[in-house]
Amino acid sequence: MKILVTVKRVPDPNASIKVKPDGSGIVTDNLKYVVNPFDEIGIEEALRVKDKGGGAEVVLVSIGGKTSAEQLRTGLAMGADRAILVVAEQELDALAAARIFQKIVADEKADLVLMGKQAIDDDANQTGQMLAALLGWPQATFASKAESLESEAEKQGVPGIVLQDGKSVNVVREVDGGLETVEVPLPAVVTVDLRLNTPRYASLPGIMKARKKEMKEIPVASLGVDVKPRLKVLKLDPPPKRQAGRKVGSVQELVQVLHNEAKVI
Amino acid sequence: MGNVLVFAEHQHHKFAKTTLVAIAAGKDAATKIGGECYAAVFGKSIDDLANELAQYGVKKVFAVDDPALEHYTADAHAAALAQLVKDKGIEMLLATATAVGKDLLPRTAALLGAGMASEVVTFDADGTMKRPMYAGNVVATVSIEGSPKVVSVRATAFDPAAKAGQGDVEKVSVNIDAAAKATKFVSFNEMKSDRPVLTEARIVVSGGRALKSGENFKIVLEPLVDALGAAMGASRAAVDAGYVPNDLQVGQTGKVVAPELYIAVGISGAIQHLAGMKDSKIIVAINKDEEAPIFQVSDYGLIADLFKAVPEMVDEVKKLKG
Repeated sequence: MKILVTVKRVPDPNASIKVKPDGSGIVTDNLKYVVNPFDEIGIEEALRVKDKGGGAEVVLVSIGGKTSAEQLRTGLAMGADRAILVVAEQELDALAAARIFQKIVADEKADLVLMGKQAIDDDANQTGQMLAALLGWPQATFASKAESLESEAEKQGVPGIVLQDGKSVNVVREVDGGLETVEVPLPAVVTVDLRLNTPRYASLPGIMKARKKEMKEIPVASLGVDVKPRLKVLKLDPPPKRQAGRKVGSVQELVQVLHNEAKVI
Repeated sequence: MGNVLVFAEHQHHKFAKTTLVAIAAGKDAATKIGGECYAAVFGKSIDDLANELAQYGVKKVFAVDDPALEHYTADAHAAALAQLVKDKGIEMLLATATAVGKDLLPRTAALLGAGMASEVVTFDADGTMKRPMYAGNVVATVSIEGSPKVVSVRATAFDPAAKAGQGDVEKVSVNIDAAAKATKFVSFNEMKSDRPVLTEARIVVSGGRALKSGENFKIVLEPLVDALGAAMGASRAAVDAGYVPNDLQVGQTGKVVAPELYIAVGISGAIQHLAGMKDSKIIVAINKDEEAPIFQVSDYGLIADLFKAVPEMVDEVKKLKG
């Protein structure tokens, strides 16, 4: 069983994001970068399958500048076995990223690909679904689980996705109005949502070990993949600002203004 | 020039408001790119649905009646949809970014080799589009190169389409091969509620971690929700803590809502939460922390202990409604 997990370097979700005055990008000075939080959940899930779900090799893949090695090291420190960095300095859209992953997945002969459901920079939520289509594999997006993140099963690190004899995988999906369960045969692409698990922290021994783990760099040009973006970002603007209103002194006053002034109740 | 095809999602044999939003957005996009707006409905025994859909002012409805499309699965639906887009020479495929839209459209786009823009909020006259990035901290102007193009629209960004006379329905059959029928639907654990649907409600009352327990959602927050005839929402922190089911989460990674009145109770206003509700018409915040960021986007703020203020508010609302 080989599980491939994708890892994207993104700005810290708690950082304040500012648009450059000329609208060409965001201000990156002093910006801290992290593993895309959804991808961290993907790594954790792969490690749980490895530890408690019957064993697996966990391979991380990132596409980006050489600085993305930092995020791959974080994943290796969490416990992944090795990493691949596809070095690409240019802007890529989701379809281009999916085409690159398609090549890597084929070369690696992965049985299962785990991906964050979206990256918190472009918020596209596309790459996993596109990769599944290009491979001709089934997909199970927005993987979650029935138990809460404070449940006993979660504390024991039980995987949320359930492998059936290495032939198929059962996934509880977070959809509108409830939780849907699907069974997809392997190989498959599973994208993960927030409530699948709480990712572990890298331990100190884990960080030490990670330094010795294999990290292969592949220049994107050597893959022979069409990476011309179909989606072009022309300009960025800050969102329209909402003005803060006023404070009311009491519940009575609040209900009165909602009734008489705002006329919403 | 080119025509738009709207994928019309349905559940329990009904179109949700989000589907009517997609039709309105599709008509808007068709005007901007100088073409007609078509719609597609998939499923089993869907004649009545196709006829209903044809009443919303689209040029024509394509109805694909196939047993493989009875339960929604991404692989079979995407295979059928990509085939329809090719056969009908569609320029832009569009749907609302619901759970189904988010799952289906990127897969279909890749089958077509098409570029895709997610959660579009505006179609501009020059063919460009606007969409949020970085949890709503940035608005990007984007364009899609090549043809066809695939677009998902944000449910709160367009008013739902209204009925506009009976249009035509064309029955279309597609060939879904066995490889696209690999996904097996096992079960659906539906969260049933007598309250309005979160994304469609006129009033939403949301609770945060400050409620401290699922029990308090029931005994403190729910009476206010019901006194106002509102839908109930929650912050990510409250959902993560297991106080309420996850389909109540309002935020960038949960549901995006824009009701007439949004009341945030004990929610500090993390950026992810604001991204999911800041387009609401009137925002009210009840929080005991004066510094909570939620007050910066609120029309009316009340600095108070929610455990005192909410029951008081229930009484006041009941008095008002007599």
